[in-house]
Amino acid sequence: MNTAEFAALHATAIAARVSAGEASPADLVKATFDRAAEVGAGSDALNLILWSDRDLADRDAKALEEGLTRAGTGGRLAGVPVAVKDNIATLGLPTTCASKILAGYVSPYEATVVTRLREAGAIVIAKTNMDEFAMGSSNENSAYGPARNPVDVRRVTGGSSGGSAGVVAAGIAPIALGSETGGSVRQPASFCGVVGVKPTYGRVSRYGLVAFASSLDQVGALARNVEDAALAMEIIAGEDSKDSTSKPIPVGSYRDQFLSLASSPAPLDGITIGVPAEYFPEDMDPGIRSQCDRSIEALRSLGARVVDVSLPHSSLAIPVYYIVAPAEASSNLARFDGVRYGSRAAVSGGLREMFGQTRSEGFGREVTRRILLGTYVLSAGYYDAYYRKAQAVRALITRDFHTVFGNGIHALFTPTTPTTAFAIGAVTDPYEMYLGDVFTASANLAGVPAMSIPIGRIAGLPVGGQIIASHFCESMMFRVAYALESALGSEAHQ
Amino acid sequence: MTQSDWEMVVGLEVHVQLKTRSKAFCGCSTDFGAAPNSNTCPICLALPGSLPVLNEKAVALAVRAAVALGSTIHPVSIFARKNYFYPDLPKGYQISQFDQPLATGGSLEIAVDGDAKKIGVTRVHMEEDAGKSLHDRFPGSTAIDLNRAGVPLIEIVSEPDMRSSREATAYLRELKQMLQYLSVSDVSMEEGSLRVDANVSARPRGEKKLGTKTEVKNMNSFSGVERALDFEFARQCALLERGEKIHQQTLLWDSVRNEARVSRTKEGSHDYRFFPEPDLGPLVLDRDWISSVKSAIPELPSDMKRRFAADYGIAPEEINQLASHPELAAYYESAARASGEPKAAANWVMGEVQAAVNSSGVPITQFRIRPTDLAQLITLIRDGLISHSAGKKVFALMLETGKPAPQIAQDAGLLKVGDDTALAAWIDEVVAEHPVEAARYFGGERKLQGVLVGFVMKKSAGKADPGRVNQLLISRAGAG
Amino acid sequence: MAVNHDDVRYVAELARLSVGDDRLDELVGELNGILAHMDVLAQVNTAGVEQAISDPVESTPLRSDSGGPLALESPREDFAPAMRDGFFIVPRLATHEDTADRAP
Repeated sequence: MNTAEFAALHATAIAARVSAGEASPADLVKATFDRAAEVGAGSDALNLILWSDRDLADRDAKALEEGLTRAGTGGRLAGVPVAVKDNIATLGLPTTCASKILAGYVSPYEATVVTRLREAGAIVIAKTNMDEFAMGSSNENSAYGPARNPVDVRRVTGGSSGGSAGVVAAGIAPIALGSETGGSVRQPASFCGVVGVKPTYGRVSRYGLVAFASSLDQVGALARNVEDAALAMEIIAGEDSKDSTSKPIPVGSYRDQFLSLASSPAPLDGITIGVPAEYFPEDMDPGIRSQCDRSIEALRSLGARVVDVSLPHSSLAIPVYYIVAPAEASSNLARFDGVRYGSRAAVSGGLREMFGQTRSEGFGREVTRRILLGTYVLSAGYYDAYYRKAQAVRALITRDFHTVFGNGIHALFTPTTPTTAFAIGAVTDPYEMYLGDVFTASANLAGVPAMSIPIGRIAGLPVGGQIIASHFCESMMFRVAYALESALGSEAHQ
Repeated sequence: MTQSDWEMVVGLEVHVQLKTRSKAFCGCSTDFGAAPNSNTCPICLALPGSLPVLNEKAVALAVRAAVALGSTIHPVSIFARKNYFYPDLPKGYQISQFDQPLATGGSLEIAVDGDAKKIGVTRVHMEEDAGKSLHDRFPGSTAIDLNRAGVPLIEIVSEPDMRSSREATAYLRELKQMLQYLSVSDVSMEEGSLRVDANVSARPRGEKKLGTKTEVKNMNSFSGVERALDFEFARQCALLERGEKIHQQTLLWDSVRNEARVSRTKEGSHDYRFFPEPDLGPLVLDRDWISSVKSAIPELPSDMKRRFAADYGIAPEEINQLASHPELAAYYESAARASGEPKAAANWVMGEVQAAVNSSGVPITQFRIRPTDLAQLITLIRDGLISHSAGKKVFALMLETGKPAPQIAQDAGLLKVGDDTALAAWIDEVVAEHPVEAARYFGGERKLQGVLVGFVMKKSAGKADPGRVNQLLISRAGAG
Repeated sequence: MAVNHDDVRYVAELARLSVGDDRLDELVGELNGILAHMDVLAQVNTAGVEQAISDPVESTPLRSDSGGPLALESPREDFAPAMRDGFFIVPRLATHEDTADRAP
């Protein structure tokens, strides 16, 4: 199979071919690595991939092959190459979170989501670049250099799951895992022109996901199309006894639901979609506005009723997020002290100096900034005014969604990002960078599921449209997304 | 003013390791004495991506302790992160409870010199232990062992109700006994499953307002607690006498030098930045479950002691000893009931049984002589079938052979002989061997009866039934 | 609310981050720039919200005491920066002060 052919294959098609014996896992591994070399996925070019091991991948392919011969049939992801963001624990390949403080660290245990993918037959072929400790919206905060957008290499991939989004966009792997805290899967998906899904908080196990902000973090999936993303979700979702925040709510078959409606002329008949005014400000980018308008028209043509709604506290999302997330992060990153794993500074003094130097040398500027901010908002005298207050306002943001979804709205449609991918180095002010999360962060704060699909291009740069549903209503979210994706067809990539 | 014009005010914070098999938030073993870091896993090593999952037995034991203290159990309690850096604190925070702890209120009754007093309890909350730092094992380095990291603890905070170092140790003794009884903890200060920090202040007698308190840490035994409190109180009184102020500070007790030294930590350096633990939801306990824990609580030592006094009529010192360990108390009670002789049972248990158990090294629950076996021996003696001294021999043989008392007494020929023919024969021999005393006795000197009985006992190597011998002598004397 | 040098130095110490003096100057500016945007939250009426969020229905899951530990696929020596005789080794805590720094 040549790389062009491979790059166009859906994960479902790959798994079907492998199970039927029409494609071998070894050939797929070769195709993946060939494609990666072809586009320049390494540090010399796009810098999407941090760590990969061809021998390891070949061994996994061989083991899969042997297993297939015995079982006669493969898992739902049999032979599918998948890339994993470098903050998700894998055996064999390092997990560095794109930070110097974890340089060379190979986890002695595997994340639940990775185990589930592998049990479904997937082959982990790479760990992808990201913003250090998932703190960033451009993948420029990596200790290993920025990732470059395959659509336009002078531009950012978005972040923090930039490497994963880029790997999928470049056709290196049909599925990649990323992580979400404030938009880190949806935003790069939007910038790179791929599908990115954030599940309901508690839908997917966080065991093995290096914690940034515990009450917000979720593992998300990136894929070239809605069906593959839904498949990935079906496989990784579900309660895990190792994650006390994962919920015992059964995982549906998301694909069956929307595929069964695929031939219907009005697959969104009976569905009401809300368009929140706060996400369509007056000074919105006109190009993005027109792409969104086209999508809204498409939704109507699919049978949906589209109405105006309001999420009144939307403008508070960024201030709330940038108090809550750094606060939790400051605590989650305290374990990086050079004692049990990771890098350790060589010092002449005692323990206190070792801690200070290890952490200062190991963490980058953005991580340092957020740890300081987070420590400050939790510190004596400031906890009530900042952290506690932010959590209370967060409850108001959540209530906005409950109100809207409780009033007959099945899903919301919004732009994913206020801009298309910007140039590497163009945004230097921290808060300006934070504002890139303005449309995504609310969903993390409220815990509702949200996803981005490509809805068009402006001057060749991808534009993402966001679909948000109520808690644990991934089925509805995928249904709307799939229908829209089908309706837009190739227009979504023009 | 002198020291006696000042009143000592003490509050104690006690940390107790819960007796679970696995740690608070992971399945690693809590076994003491394992090779360093052999009882660790991704969670208690705080590897990136690991998450805590709460141990249900830790909750059950914590609730049990709180119920026994009469505390109010809060159906909803919240775990919180206490953030600080230390090399044996792997996550850089301890999972503890801050606002909304498991339980508040309660009390513990103590007695000092016979005077009973209630010491109030402020709160009981759950938290995890840190690992161990060994500063002197390798020169220039500190060695970290995380086997203990994550072991479940409860912290019991008392009200500042103690007024002397003896009250403080009485409180600790009662608390230790109760928690041991309830199998909540091994509560050993030597092993570190019971740790004490004290808050001490002084005020003029009669004054209601509390003085400035200092914190005293690093006491490793009950006597250490007593000495440390007396030392610190004396230090504070001396300062106050001179009109100086007490600074709120932390002191570390040095049991070798018998002094408490100020720890030079900066003011305000303990900003723990508590916030609710986002990796764990609230702990929600339903009322039925709390009730079932309440009803499953075995009898408390104080209740048992009262019952022993009322039902068995044994002396307070004996009660204290027998009730000191649940296994011992159970053994005693079983023997007392089976034999119907609580006083004799008390003597045997505190005497022969304890001695044998101690020298054998096995716990009393595995002691070869079971309470019902002991009861058999006791009834043999009570019914006059063997003498008390023969009983001791039988006991020893029971221990050696595992055979029951009646069989041993028979086989060893220790059964008292009540057969008149045999007794008459011995009496004849004694009369023949001691003609003077015999003549005097049969001549009317009844007070010599005991002497003659003694001779018969000796001749029969203790086997003669003294009661019957008395009767035979009397009838022989009566017969003229 | 605004932070000054002392605040940032205090917080850096709490977080065990050794920040050089010039970086400290920059950070004061950066943090204040960010914190300025948070002031809007003080204006928001959140009365009654906390009560609602503190009425939970579900308990954190409980795990059996006899489950058994999770395995490590590679020995600790593989990822530990310094180990000896099974202990993690760190530079010695030099002073009495440091030992008392810990809470119980």
